[in-house]
Order: sequence, then C-alpha cells, then structure tokens
Amino acid sequence: MADSPLIISTKHLHKTYIMGDVEVHALRSVSIDIHRKEFVAIMGASGSGKSTFMNILGCLDVPNKGEYVLDGVNVGRLDKNQLARIRNEKIGFVFQGFNLLSRTTALENVELPMFYNNLTNKERTDRAMEALRIVGLADRYHHMPNQLSGGQQQRVAIARSLVNDPAIILADEPTGNLDSRTSVEVMEIFQHLNERGITIILVTHEPDIAEYTKRNVIFKDGRVKSDILVEKRRNATEHLKTLPAIGEDDAEEEAA
Amino acid sequence: MNILNILKVAMRSLNRNKLRSFLTMLGIIIGVGAVIAMMAVGRGAQSRIEEQIASLGTNVLMIFPGSSNQAGVRGGMGSMSSLTPDDLAAIKNQCSAVQMVSPAIRTGGQVVFADNNWATQVMGGTEEYFAIRNWPVSSGQYFTEADVRGATKVCVLGQTVVDNLFKGGDCIGAIIRIKKLPFKVVGVLAMKGQSAQGSDQDDVIIAPFTTVQKKLMGVTFLGMMLASAISDDAMTDAQSQISELLRSRHKIQAWEDNDFTVRSQTEIASAAESTTQVLTILLASIASISLLVGGIGIMNIMLVSVTERTREIGIRMSIGARGRDILFQFLIEAMVLSLFGGLIGVILGVSASKLISVLAGWPTVVSTMSVGMAFVFSAAVGIFFGFYPARKAAMLNPIDALRYE
Ligand SMILES: Nc1ncnc2c1ncn2[C@@H]1O[C@H](COP(=O)(O)OP(=O)(O)OP(=O)(O)O)[C@@H](O)[C@H]1O
Ligand SMILES: [Mg+2]
Repeated sequence: MADSPLIISTKHLHKTYIMGDVEVHALRSVSIDIHRKEFVAIMGASGSGKSTFMNILGCLDVPNKGEYVLDGVNVGRLDKNQLARIRNEKIGFVFQGFNLLSRTTALENVELPMFYNNLTNKERTDRAMEALRIVGLADRYHHMPNQLSGGQQQRVAIARSLVNDPAIILADEPTGNLDSRTSVEVMEIFQHLNERGITIILVTHEPDIAEYTKRNVIFKDGRVKSDILVEKRRNATEHLKTLPAIGEDDAEEEAA
Repeated sequence: MNILNILKVAMRSLNRNKLRSFLTMLGIIIGVGAVIAMMAVGRGAQSRIEEQIASLGTNVLMIFPGSSNQAGVRGGMGSMSSLTPDDLAAIKNQCSAVQMVSPAIRTGGQVVFADNNWATQVMGGTEEYFAIRNWPVSSGQYFTEADVRGATKVCVLGQTVVDNLFKGGDCIGAIIRIKKLPFKVVGVLAMKGQSAQGSDQDDVIIAPFTTVQKKLMGVTFLGMMLASAISDDAMTDAQSQISELLRSRHKIQAWEDNDFTVRSQTEIASAAESTTQVLTILLASIASISLLVGGIGIMNIMLVSVTERTREIGIRMSIGARGRDILFQFLIEAMVLSLFGGLIGVILGVSASKLISVLAGWPTVVSTMSVGMAFVFSAAVGIFFGFYPARKAAMLNPIDALRYE
C-alpha cells in the first residue's frame, strides 16, 4: 500500500463531548494513515468512537485537537464554505439509514450533489444515470425512496456518493439495516468501486462484512486497538453465486 | 445551485403542503388586496374631484359670509347676514375682473306635485347662476333677469327632482308647490351626477334669489355668492378686487379680519383633494398592517418548515451544500410564497375595486403604481420575514442536522 500516495492522514485526533459535568472522550489520540485505493473497515464495540471518527474524516465535524490532512489539504485550517466544497468534491457519504430525500426520485437524489457545483442540466442527468447504472438501478431512476427496498435505497445512496467522482467514499454501517444477502450485494458494489480506484472506508459491526475489505482497523474506547491487513479477502461476486437468490427474485417480481 | 433549480425545489416543497402554503399566503393576499382596493378607492375619489374642477370651471370664485380663520363663525346667523344684495350689485358694477356674479342662497323644502312629495333643496340665484356653474338646461329654459327683479315664482328643476315628482311625465309649464307656494317650472337642468362628496347634484331646484329670500325664507341677506372671473388668468385680480371692495363696503379697518371669505373652486377642490389623499394614505396604512401580519405568518411557517426539514438540511449539507445555498433555498421559498400571495392579492384587489365601483357607484382607479408597489412590498415582506428562518437553517451544524430526529 505504501506505493500509493497518502490520501488521509490523521495525527492525534481528540474529540471530547461535554454533557453537563461529564466529559465523554469519544476519540483519544487517533493517528491513522490511509493511502489511495485502500479499502478499510473500521470496527469496534458500540460507543468506541467509530462514527465520531468517520464524521471528522467526512468534514462534517471537527476534532478538538489533532491534525487531519485530506489529499494534501490540512482540513483544520478550512472555513465552513471550504469544508462544504471538500464534502462536495472529494467525499462521498453513505449512511446506515440511507438518508435519501423523501418524495424525491432516485435520479433526483443522485443528482443532488451536482446541484451544488456548476454543471448543465444534461451533464447532471447523464452523470446521475451513469452512477445509477453502476449500482444496477438505471431502470428504477424514477422511483421514490418509499417505492424501493432497503438494499435499493442504499444503492441509490451509493450512486449519490460517487456521482461527483470523489477521492474517498465514507460509509457508516452501510449494511446495518440490510439482510445478509443484500449486504453482500452492497459489498460487491463497493469492491467494484474500489477496483476502479476509489478509496473506501466503512464502519461495520459484522466481521464477515469486514472480510470483503483489505484492511481492518479496530477501535476501542476512542483509540485504535489494532490495525491489520486482511489476508484472505472475500470476493462478493463469487460469494453471491453460492447464496440462494429466492428472496431477491420474489421482490423483483412484486416490483415488476 | 442556480436560481432556476432553487425555484424548482421551492415550488415543489410548497406544492407538497398546498393547504398550508395557501393559508400562509392568505395574509399577504388579503393585505395586498386591501391595499390595492383602498388605494383604488382613494384614487377614484381624487380623479372624481379633478373631473369636477374641470366641470365647475376653473374661473369660479365663491364668496362666503364669515371669516375663514374664525372657526364656527360661518355657521352663525349673525355672520350669515354679512353679504347683502347691495354687495352683489357693487361687485357686478365695480370689479373689472369679474364677469358674472350670482348669489347662491340655499334653503331646504318639501316639494309637492299632484300626489308626489319630495324633500330637496332650493337654491336662489340670478339668471347668471347657470352660466357661472356652466350648467345647461336639457329642456325648457332658464328664468330671466325680469323674473329675478320681479321675484316671480318660477323655477328650474334638477333631474332627480323631475324623476321623483313627475315620474317620467312632462313637467315644463307645470305648477309645483315648494313649501306650499306654487311655482311654475320653466326648465330642467342637464344631469351633473354625484359630487366629489358623494351628494346628488341633480337633487336641487333653482329659483330667482329674490323669490327665495322673500317668499321662502323671509330674509334680506345673501348666504353665499358665486362669481366668475373674466378669464382664468384674472382669477387673482378678481379675488383681490372683491376683497378690497367688500372690505371698504363693510368698513373693515386695516387691523381687522374680513367678515367674508373669497375662495376659488380650485382652492376648495384641492383642499378636498388633499383630504382624500390623507384618507387614502390612512386606509392604505391600515390595510398594510394586514400585510405585516401576513409576513409574520410567513415567518412562522418558514420556522416550522426549517424544523421539519432539519434532516433534509443535514443531508444537503453532507453532500456539499454551503450555508449560503441553504439560506437561498429557504429565502426563495419565502419569497415565492409572498410573491404568489402578492399576485393573487393584486387580482383580488383589482376585482374588489371593480366590485366597489359597481356596488357603491363610487369610481375606483387601480394605478399601475399601486400594483407595482404591492409587488415590491410583498417581495420585501418575503425577504424580511423569510430571512430569519432561512438564516437559522443555514447556521445549522451539518452533523447536528443529520442526527436530528
Ligand atoms: N453528540 C454527542 N454528544 C455527546 N456525546 C456523544 C455525541 N456523539 C457521540 N457521543 C459519545 O461519544 C462516544 C462515541 O460515539 P460514536 O457514535 O462515535 O460511537 P460508535 O463507535 O459509532 O458506536 P456505534 O457502533 O453504536 O454506532 C459515545 O460514548 C457517545 O455516547
Ligand atoms: Mg456509530
């Protein structure tokens, strides 16, 4: 991995929440380097600071202490608008709860990040359709989120995260709300995207999901407890072939 | 995000809550509608007065008994007597800038013809009264100088009196009774319609002032006089000549106030005009309070909307929306609300004006200025009251907004 350039470098990140008289140390000195094209799973017990860390990586939140360099830019020195720009251009976010705009079609949801940079309407639609094609939902572009299954909604969210050609995709428990087969399907998409050169960092509780990634970082009490490379990486496409496809077929028929 | 896309988003979110959007707009609709209707009524009154100045003639002077700066005096009987028939003759003979002069002595009276009764007012003048007031007859003729000298019981009727006494029958030559005295009808005046104050100018009987003085009222003084200058340019000359003459005739010392007032029609009309202007402004300001209330309604709903859509704001921010983008989104939404309300308000105001002029017979004038102002005002209300909620949305912290339940 050392041969690819660094994309994320954090040094001694601290994040403390103050709840009345109690101080909650969500992060205590987290230092991690992540290179381009890595595929990292962040694991750890509930409350160990994974989401806090992801939010800082995603420029949604700022640390109390420490340094965060993203793609050569020291994020700590940026103002709100510059952070928004970084979120728009360099980062794609995928959430556990999908976070799609309701009553807004899949296509428009995917188009959303492009509203905040200057593209023509046609470019925007073309790129959104292309992203939907990548996640295999081109034929559902006009569906509203409530007309899509959880797995499909998450695929729309992934399409939205990659539509601006980000350097990294951050996914906080992207399979947390999905059944096991759908989870593997989502991991298949992530593996494909990673092969195309996108750096992916995801949080998961499930060790078998982590096996689809290349590197596992385990958090404990706001610290990095271990950081290991995955030796026997699972291939989602291969694995899907061994899984029965009944559930999915039923859903497809109903939808059609 | 370009403006068209923001507009699209705003329209859609308003469309989702149709009833709520409509109720929010209602304040603006009523406010703008009321402002426009009130301004139209006021402008209508003004244009009616302007018309009247034209129809009265710009060279008419009114001479009242009583001083203009002694409040209340004009109504007292003592001062009513300050103008006499001799004054009239003197003005006629000695003021070179005055062309015609006539008294305009007024009394109320019950008029009877056959079974028909009508309460109206009787105006006493000379044969010149009609020329001064620029009032032609539609049938018959005026009374003559001889009638005035002889105090004969003849009269000329206004159209309203004719309509009420004769119900369409022929009236020239008929004998009517005014306060029980028989008068011969010699002519009918052309219609003049309503005055600026809304009274019916055709509800009048005009008779020789001598007859009115002696037979109907039993007085020797003149209530009021109308005079016309020889030209528009001679108005000030006529005014000062009359003043000088009356001062010397009434033996008023230099330090004393006049016991009469000379005013031009234009002065009176413009006084009335400025009164209606004040009234218009007053009405419009009262109406604009509802515009203000409408604005507060918008602010209220926008605050609710921001809270409801906190998560949406979080999502938008997480994918790169800047505070500014969020601010504009909500500001534009508020503006769409208020401008749309303004548009409907304009339609409502214009229709209300039309309805008022039909129902109340009161002319209304919707000026483009008031429509334009209503628009600008409602946009301003949108910006002003939409700004705080929009700013609140824009200031949200992305992570807090995303976590919001
Ligand atoms: N906004 C907040 N205010 C106060 N404390 C917070 C806040 N967010 C997180 N914390 C605390 O910080 C610690 C780390 O939280 P975080 O959400 O990062 O955990 P996590 O590893 O993502 O857990 P999980 O697996 O349950 O999602 C927890 O103890 C949590 O209570
Ligand atoms: Mg978490």
